[in-house]
Amino acid sequence: MERPLTQHIPDNGAALHLREYEAVGGYSALRKALRDMEPAQVSTLVKEANLKGRGGAGFATGMKWSFVPMNVPGPKYLIANADEMEPGTFKDRWLLEGNPHQLLEGMILASYAIQATDAFVFLRWAYKDAAREMRRAIADAYTAGYLGKNILGSAFSLEMQLHTGVGRYMCGEETALLNSLEGKRATPRAKPPFPQVSGLFGKPTIVNNVETLSWISHIVNNGEAWFKSLSYTADGGTKIYGVSGRVNKPGAWELPMGITMRELLEEHAGGMRNGYRFRGALPGGASTDFLTDAHLDVKMDFAGVAAAGSRLGTGTMVVLDDRTCPVGFVHNLEHFFAQESCGFCTPCREGLPWTEKILWSLENGTGEPSDLELLERHARLLGPGNTFCALAPGAMEPLQSALKYFREDFEQHIKEKKCPYAHHQH
Amino acid sequence: MLSAIEIEKISHELRHVPVKKAACIEALKIVQQERRWVSDESVADIAAMLEMSAAEVDSVATFYNLIFRKPVGRHIILLCDSISCYVMGYTALRQRLHEILLIGYGQTTADERFTLLPNACLGTCDHAPALMIDEDLYRDLQPEDLEQILEKYH
Repeated sequence: MERPLTQHIPDNGAALHLREYEAVGGYSALRKALRDMEPAQVSTLVKEANLKGRGGAGFATGMKWSFVPMNVPGPKYLIANADEMEPGTFKDRWLLEGNPHQLLEGMILASYAIQATDAFVFLRWAYKDAAREMRRAIADAYTAGYLGKNILGSAFSLEMQLHTGVGRYMCGEETALLNSLEGKRATPRAKPPFPQVSGLFGKPTIVNNVETLSWISHIVNNGEAWFKSLSYTADGGTKIYGVSGRVNKPGAWELPMGITMRELLEEHAGGMRNGYRFRGALPGGASTDFLTDAHLDVKMDFAGVAAAGSRLGTGTMVVLDDRTCPVGFVHNLEHFFAQESCGFCTPCREGLPWTEKILWSLENGTGEPSDLELLERHARLLGPGNTFCALAPGAMEPLQSALKYFREDFEQHIKEKKCPYAHHQH
Repeated sequence: MLSAIEIEKISHELRHVPVKKAACIEALKIVQQERRWVSDESVADIAAMLEMSAAEVDSVATFYNLIFRKPVGRHIILLCDSISCYVMGYTALRQRLHEILLIGYGQTTADERFTLLPNACLGTCDHAPALMIDEDLYRDLQPEDLEQILEKYH
């Protein structure tokens, strides 16, 4: 089983430095592209590979790049979204800390493809080790001639900077990220215009996730057929999956795209801890719908998880066990979303705290039977199409699915006027 | 008044941005690094240097979780309160921290040693529950580990 993204990262997670990266073929894809390929050929290759974004939305990467106007003068930007802040998600950290040059090479290739002049790594504040490694990797790449003017003697030049954020989930949304890079509050922008046309400082800009960009050098070196062959399904490549919660071996693993939830939970995460039963899981971070034991044979690719009524999201699963209260679990999520709402649009700003308060009252024994209908109404009114960005619709995914799969728990809270779980915690 | 070091660092950032405003977050980070927090006076000073209004700088400063607009202690404890840490029992850590430090979220100990803050997912969910003190990450925690960890910070 091939693990292109993580095979060279040592078991202790320590970073591969420049010489080590070069020794395993690092920067050969960049040499090849600058020598033998036109920018458009790199884009076409990524498009043919059908690489889909690993940040959560799953949009086709080559397609995204193709919207960048190629014949306009002036600066263009390429940004690696390394603001990993989706609760339950810890996959990009592995790549950032363990193989920073793989990300840089992908960024340089992506920049070449769209003819970007400047690139940024937008890194979240809490990733201190990643910041140290990225800073060193960027400096080493400049010294070695992979960044700066006339890279490897070609006509292509690229400047790169590391930007560390100051903490706000909204920065993961690409237009909010752009505002933050411009020194503003991280509120989302109206689309259109899309960032590909008018992004950072009004210039054409591509924002891609860390895991997505880490693929580019491998696709350039090995081709689209190889990329597709790594997967069990129609969505090519491998995926970094993760599992957290009360399982025996929480962790992250690079596995063929499309393995089943059961394999992930039982073989890789070692099954549930003694004394705990599996009740459900968010398959791809906090803003995905619950799946339950009825879905264990669902293939964890974009189409498979979508057909089961959820989203692959970031591919990092959070497990709900039978001794954790589903209402408390969802309350924790809605507290997060309410707090991180940027406050820019009304349904999100008002609806999320309301949702959180209702769930809090259920947990504390003051819930009313009509609260369930109120929660359902929120799930609908904060859903897709009613808000400015995807934060609130994402927040409603675990809520609406919890109301569906764990309804008896909600009802029991109201009937018994307390949280029935012994381990309940606030 | 901004110090000579702050002015020099902010000027350095200004060389990398097409408009002065774009250095606003960096300027706030620089001042906070020097003074641990950002006072009203510093907001006004940054505003003057970046040709913005103080209200505009404050709207940015108060938007971000990790820019502090109130004095904080010498060490910042960020307790992860997101979902994996919830499942794995961060609330017991919070309880223990309250007992040891006698402060709640957003408060600073009387000796100004620690400020305790909740923090969204630290991205180390396979080692939940977790917290950060300044730049140090602690993972797979039990409430009984905390006292010893806190002793390292003066």
